[in-house]
Amino acid sequence: MVLDVRALTMDFGGLRAVDHVDLQISQGEIVALIGPNGAGKTTFFNCVTGMYTPTTGTVTIARPGSEPHNITRMRPHLITAQGLARTFQNIRLFPEMTVLENVMIGRDCRLSAGIVGAILRNRKTLEEEEQVVLDSFRMLEIVGIGKWANETAKNLPYGAQRRLEIARALATEPFLLLLDEPAAGMNPQETRDLVALIRRLRFDHHLSIFLIEHDMSLVMTLSERIYVMDYGKLIAVGEPAEVRRDPAVIKAYLGEDVSA
Amino acid sequence: MCPQATSVQTRPSRYLAYARRSLLVSIWFAILTFPIIVIRANTITGIITWRWHNIGWIIAGTFFGSWIWGYFLERKRLGTRAPAGPLRRRITALRGALDRLKQRPQVARMSVVILVLAVVAFPFLGGMYQTNIMTTALLYVVLGLGLNIIIGLGGMLHIGYIAFYALGAYSYALLNFHFGLNFWLALPIGALVGGLFSLAIGIPVLRLRGDYLAIVTLAFAEITRLVLENWSGLTFGTAGIRNIPRPAIPGIRLTLPQTTTFVYFIMIGLVLLTIFVVNRLENSRIGRQFVAMKEDFIACQAMGVNIARTKLAALGLGGMWAGLVGVVFAARTTFINPASFTVWESIIVLCTVVLGGMGSIPGVITGALVLILVPEYLRAFAQFRMLLFGAILVTMMVFRPGGLIQKRRRAYRITAEEQKVVAESGDLSIQG
Ligand SMILES: Nc1ncnc2c1ncn2[C@@H]1O[C@H](COP(=O)(O)OP(=O)(O)OP(=O)(O)O)[C@@H](O)[C@H]1O
Ligand SMILES: [Mg+2]
Repeated sequence: MVLDVRALTMDFGGLRAVDHVDLQISQGEIVALIGPNGAGKTTFFNCVTGMYTPTTGTVTIARPGSEPHNITRMRPHLITAQGLARTFQNIRLFPEMTVLENVMIGRDCRLSAGIVGAILRNRKTLEEEEQVVLDSFRMLEIVGIGKWANETAKNLPYGAQRRLEIARALATEPFLLLLDEPAAGMNPQETRDLVALIRRLRFDHHLSIFLIEHDMSLVMTLSERIYVMDYGKLIAVGEPAEVRRDPAVIKAYLGEDVSA
Repeated sequence: MCPQATSVQTRPSRYLAYARRSLLVSIWFAILTFPIIVIRANTITGIITWRWHNIGWIIAGTFFGSWIWGYFLERKRLGTRAPAGPLRRRITALRGALDRLKQRPQVARMSVVILVLAVVAFPFLGGMYQTNIMTTALLYVVLGLGLNIIIGLGGMLHIGYIAFYALGAYSYALLNFHFGLNFWLALPIGALVGGLFSLAIGIPVLRLRGDYLAIVTLAFAEITRLVLENWSGLTFGTAGIRNIPRPAIPGIRLTLPQTTTFVYFIMIGLVLLTIFVVNRLENSRIGRQFVAMKEDFIACQAMGVNIARTKLAALGLGGMWAGLVGVVFAARTTFINPASFTVWESIIVLCTVVLGGMGSIPGVITGALVLILVPEYLRAFAQFRMLLFGAILVTMMVFRPGGLIQKRRRAYRITAEEQKVVAESGDLSIQG
């Protein structure tokens, strides 16, 4: 089990955005989290990655081959260093930095150079910098945007920006990748390429993948298990075929009237 | 829609509209300035003179000023779509020629030699007065480059920067007064004091951003000044500290003009040191962290950067320089009191950074030189100095918001060979 979430709850004042959600992901799984708008999916992500401090509940992670680790209430940069990496629903790149520099920031938590090294430019620092450029470039090649390495991030086409976010997340050396609506705004061709990329990350790089997505055809073809949320609560879990037939899911998506 | 047709149709009418607006602006301005331009009251004799002719000048001047302003705004709006006039074409050609010249290694070498000669010869050709002015400008260059670490790189709007300058100056003055500490030892101590205080006020404001940070740092600067003013037992209050020794070389007696020249060269040295350090910081892991934090601190945090540490690093590394040159300031004026460290000074340093170009080293240097030297040489217009200052800043913000010399992101060279290695290794592994 790479991720084990127990009874996670997140309150915003009077609003319970996430309500006692249990969720498990095994090594190498592709798991999707779906639900209508405002169901609390992004909030759930934010709680897992430490952007929000959950009201109650625990989040435990385990890098394959090591002991489980409680990361509830840990600060986000430390969680990333533990091996969880994410992308954002509304792309959050560093718009004025180059594409390569964006990825280099992802690499940052694996570096050790300090201020003194920066000023003295000793051998170790220079070697590390050289290595980080190469490593970051490799991430760009993995997602297929290497040719844009020195372009300013904000000038990339939309689909490439989404890919860059993935490359930046990969650079942190995660074992679990969390993607918040990676296909949002993509055209069918871009979406197909994205599916192929996610499969490659899963099969070639042995990542576990946890994604939020509204594009149902993508979710149904890609994911091995699906969690469905509505109004903060988990209403269904299962394989794509099961979930598709689940009356509670149909009701959540189509509304009360139709199911009645 | 055909752009040419519209521009032909709308242009004359648009310029007419500008003329009408310019007229309104000039009348408004005439009314606004009426009391100071037209009426002159002699308070002794009690006679009031009405200088009606002045109003004519004001209206005419404002009208044309406003019209020209409108013209340039229009050009800016049209941007590259505007057909290149003969003047514009000549400028572009000239710029191309300059760029080509700059690429020639001999030219680069020559300009460095000329610059070095000019810098070295300046105090001997310019005399004491000019050297003093230039030294002041150089102080602001270091201040600007230091604040640039906090604002331009780290993206934290800090308005209390001058407080660290004050602390550096007082460190030297007091340590010298009580313990006879000499200038050279005071330099690193001043830097340390500036950096540490910057860190210390950074810790409580780590969560603040933007305007909130600006207000808190502003308050900090004022508190520092008030403490210096009122803690008479330690700081001698508003009376200040006198007879602070000038920088000296042990064993050599320097005359006043010689000391002036000496201080100038000390400042040149410190400016070079600052450029060296800031440049290296900028092009390193920490510099990258600064910029990423400024661009999107949430994403930055999510990517594993410790935001708190990065902010403190920017504050500490920035505050240091103010403390350092604070010592030089105390040593060259030989007298300091709290009145030298008002918030206004902070604002000037802030302006040098913004005017020059946030995050750009040549930009900040140019900004500091322009903002300090131009007012000095415009002493003739002393009454209008502030007006001019404001006008320049507004113009800059409208027409060149990125500053005089804008920051360019560095491109990393990935050689074809390295690309091949990455591509052919087939193992596009994620682990480093
Ligand atoms: N920081 C916050 N403060 C207050 N309320 C919030 C906050 N973040 C989210 N919410 C609320 O929590 C609920 C869940 O929002 P969330 O963004 O998690 O939904 P979502 O499932 O990601 O929806 P979408 O599919 O539209 O992205 C919403 O009602 C939202 O208004
Ligand atoms: Mg969402």
